[in-house]
Amino acid sequence: MSKPLEHIRNFAIIAHIDHGKSTLADRLIQTCGGLEEREMKEQVLDSMEIERERGITIKAQTVRLAYTAKDGIEYQLNLMDTPGHVDFAYEVSRSLASCEGSLLVVDSTQGVEAQTLANVYQAIENDHEILPVINKIDLPAADIDKAKEQIEDVIGLDATDAVPVSGKTGINIDQLLEAIVTKLPCPKEGAADKPTKALLVDSWYDSYLGVVILVRVIDGYLRKGQKIRFMKAKATRDIDRVGMFTPKHVLLDELGPGEMGFITASIKDISETKVGDTITDEKKPCETALPGFKPSIPMVFCSLFPVDASEYEKLRDSLGKIKLNDASLHYETESSQALGLGFRCGFLGLLHMEIIQERLEREFDLDLIPTAPSVVYKINMTDGSQIELYNPVDMPDVQRIKSVEEPWIKATILVPDEYLGGILTLCQERRGVQIELNYAGNRALVVYRLPLNEVVFDFYDRLKSISRGYASFDYALDGYDENDLVKLEIRVNQEPVDALAMIVHKDAAESRGRQLCERLKDLIPRQMFKIAIQAALGGKIIAAEHLSALRKDVTAKCYGGDVSRKRKLLEKQKKGKKKMRQYGNVEIPQSAFINALKMGDDK
Amino acid sequence: MSELFGVYIHWPFCASKCPYCDFNSHVASNIDHHAWRDAYRREIEYYASLLKGRVVTSVFFGGGTPSLMQPETTAHVLDTIAENWSVARDAEITLEANPTSVEAGKFRDFKSAGVNRVSLGVQSMRDDELKFLGRQHTAAEAIKAITIARDTFERYSFDLIYARPEQSVTDWRAELQDALRYADGHLSLYQLTIEPGTAFHTMYQRKDFEVPDEDDGGALYEATQEVMEEAGLPAYEVSNHAAAGQESLHNMTYWRYGDYVGIGPGAHGRITMNGQKQATRAHKAPDVWMGRVKENGHGSHDFEVITDDQLFEEAMMMGLRLRDGVSITGYEERFDMGRIHALEGEGLVTLNGQTLQPTVKGLQRLNGILNYLL
Repeated sequence: MSKPLEHIRNFAIIAHIDHGKSTLADRLIQTCGGLEEREMKEQVLDSMEIERERGITIKAQTVRLAYTAKDGIEYQLNLMDTPGHVDFAYEVSRSLASCEGSLLVVDSTQGVEAQTLANVYQAIENDHEILPVINKIDLPAADIDKAKEQIEDVIGLDATDAVPVSGKTGINIDQLLEAIVTKLPCPKEGAADKPTKALLVDSWYDSYLGVVILVRVIDGYLRKGQKIRFMKAKATRDIDRVGMFTPKHVLLDELGPGEMGFITASIKDISETKVGDTITDEKKPCETALPGFKPSIPMVFCSLFPVDASEYEKLRDSLGKIKLNDASLHYETESSQALGLGFRCGFLGLLHMEIIQERLEREFDLDLIPTAPSVVYKINMTDGSQIELYNPVDMPDVQRIKSVEEPWIKATILVPDEYLGGILTLCQERRGVQIELNYAGNRALVVYRLPLNEVVFDFYDRLKSISRGYASFDYALDGYDENDLVKLEIRVNQEPVDALAMIVHKDAAESRGRQLCERLKDLIPRQMFKIAIQAALGGKIIAAEHLSALRKDVTAKCYGGDVSRKRKLLEKQKKGKKKMRQYGNVEIPQSAFINALKMGDDK
Repeated sequence: MSELFGVYIHWPFCASKCPYCDFNSHVASNIDHHAWRDAYRREIEYYASLLKGRVVTSVFFGGGTPSLMQPETTAHVLDTIAENWSVARDAEITLEANPTSVEAGKFRDFKSAGVNRVSLGVQSMRDDELKFLGRQHTAAEAIKAITIARDTFERYSFDLIYARPEQSVTDWRAELQDALRYADGHLSLYQLTIEPGTAFHTMYQRKDFEVPDEDDGGALYEATQEVMEEAGLPAYEVSNHAAAGQESLHNMTYWRYGDYVGIGPGAHGRITMNGQKQATRAHKAPDVWMGRVKENGHGSHDFEVITDDQLFEEAMMMGLRLRDGVSITGYEERFDMGRIHALEGEGLVTLNGQTLQPTVKGLQRLNGILNYLL
């Protein structure tokens, strides 16, 4: 039987990376008996190898806990572990929409970070009651008072009731559970006698169960055998399983008002299950659908090519498999002269891009060449039309362009005082506009408006290196602005190298162009002919390098006993030539382009 | 000249292993010379039975250090060859020798055995460099050995290794001029190459020394060509210089892609049977080779038929090492003429009728040319 609303608490955990969110979740699960001691592995909710390794959560997870409070009542606690990173803000927002409260976890040795802020603001926007939790108090460097002070100063939340805990040792976990029951609200609405109305929170593909749908019931019930309707997708299905995660799969008879859990309905294709959709009863539908969420939009683009051209099919299949569980990944075939056949991919952000690349390489054993990340530009044409530019290669002829708009972000950076100067310089170099500069203790809170394309290009690495890892950074999209943007083209022996084309601000074009030419000169091996490497804007050459022809390359000794070996070497080189690209009469190894793409600012 | 047909004899033993050498050589103290003579004879007889009616135009004793052979063994091998094939009257019979006094003392006996040309591993005219190269002789000893060779044999040549660590063009020019005083018709000049599996390779990896880079190596090569042309010994092959008519006939067999039989451990051969070119490759370890010879009559792994593609690659790869170039007759459609013309435009090759010829500038960049053309 489902619980009355008053005995249900749905809450999310929000925190910065490494502040111990997943460990704390583990402890809550263990304390409530969700798993036996022997079943506990670290960070049970992060099921992907990559999540556990990097200590981050990518997919939202939910767990139902049974907690008997001091008042003698057994409460149903539905815990949502949400991703901490801005790239997955979309996942965060829908997780938050299915809960009434949040635990705000702050590391007592680190204090409040930029990411914490962004997530807290989202929780506040979702009307959440927020319970601050000061974590890692077992560590010698823990400073509970300072963490509380920062919560009050930087976030502006009352930290009087903050619960000091250690997810690692389990200190005060009981106190935290009690606070969840007493401080966080129960579901606000929900009627057992109204027609079924449930929110589709998330869905993923499971090779045994098919598509598993995570739901939050608002009104009515979801039961096995029930014929349900997905209101937005306009599809009808029969529920074949109803259950919850403890975190093990446990089958239930029904999910009632205020409850969270999962259903399966013999669905094979995840695209049928749109996140944010409203699930209702086919025969007795509810009148109005839930507002839903706006779909996630890919913000960062790059192309992925297999190093070995014969792995193109494998790459396609692998992307398809990842897409099964990651609707936010977009991709389409791309053909590059320099790098062969591959895919233009769209990601939610930089971390998302990095994770997808890493999964492709690790889980699917692919060797990839990623091109420089880029963003979506809006091009206003002289004929009054507007096109969206996903790939710099497709930039229309300059004559036909009236103006170019680029996406901007609002970046929040928290940085210790001593590194502030370097961070401000970095932001200025990247065409940033300062909006806010405040102090919280010995840390500065900086808010900048920055063009996204300046951030996708190694901004985060620079930020971390300038601040020796102490600066934290988060961002939110902040519209499009017109700017003086041009396509920088790299030519080798007069022929453009498509993979190296990029959109840059006019003022940065020359230095970026020179940098790329110099880099390529070092990367391209000498050949029989001299090679001209040029950077061009439109038709105009703005930087050039010349690579002189080969001076000496000959095997000193080649006699009767060397023939087979030298021939095999030649054949191997011929095979290597398949990885070469022809520019005029020279052949350039793919590796030269790969390494040129890897370049950072400071080389 | 009649069709080239060479016999290569590999003697795998050395008194010591040189740090730059990746050849199949072994340092052994107990050598059963009679057993070696028997094994050589058996293997020669085996190949002779497959290649009846051929006329031997050259024999080459390589190693290892064949001057450590007993001259009786050399004589025995040459007699066996003469018993099984016809040998051209002007056949070139070369033996590689170290320029030590001990070995020079055997020159007369080698001559009696039938050797008419020696190739001496002098390597350097500088004592400190000889030490670095792990050689057992001094420059003075080498000069003495050269003098004995000159007095003993019809022809002789010697090898030098250059592009050594920190060697300047000036130093090398001077050393080469010193060497030219003792040269007569033929010199082999090799740039030092760091081969995997050698002591130098380890030292190089450990950065004990550096070798000239591409530009410095290029300058050294260019200086070499200049000095040698002036001396009337132009390059006829990448690393080989001779006055007209003094080229090594045996090595020309390799570069002209003629047939050659490989006798002895680790020896390679290219032999044409029933109109098909086949590759032979003998087991490297001396005792394994010897066992196989006793068992099968020859010490090679399975013979390997050279495919048309391989034939083309090998013929071009070897032929283009020669200043005289190579005929492309029959291979025209395998070339991209545009590419040949592009190389001509850079002054790297010439195409005269059907003969594709590298220029001196081209020889110096031959690997690049092969990669570009094949």
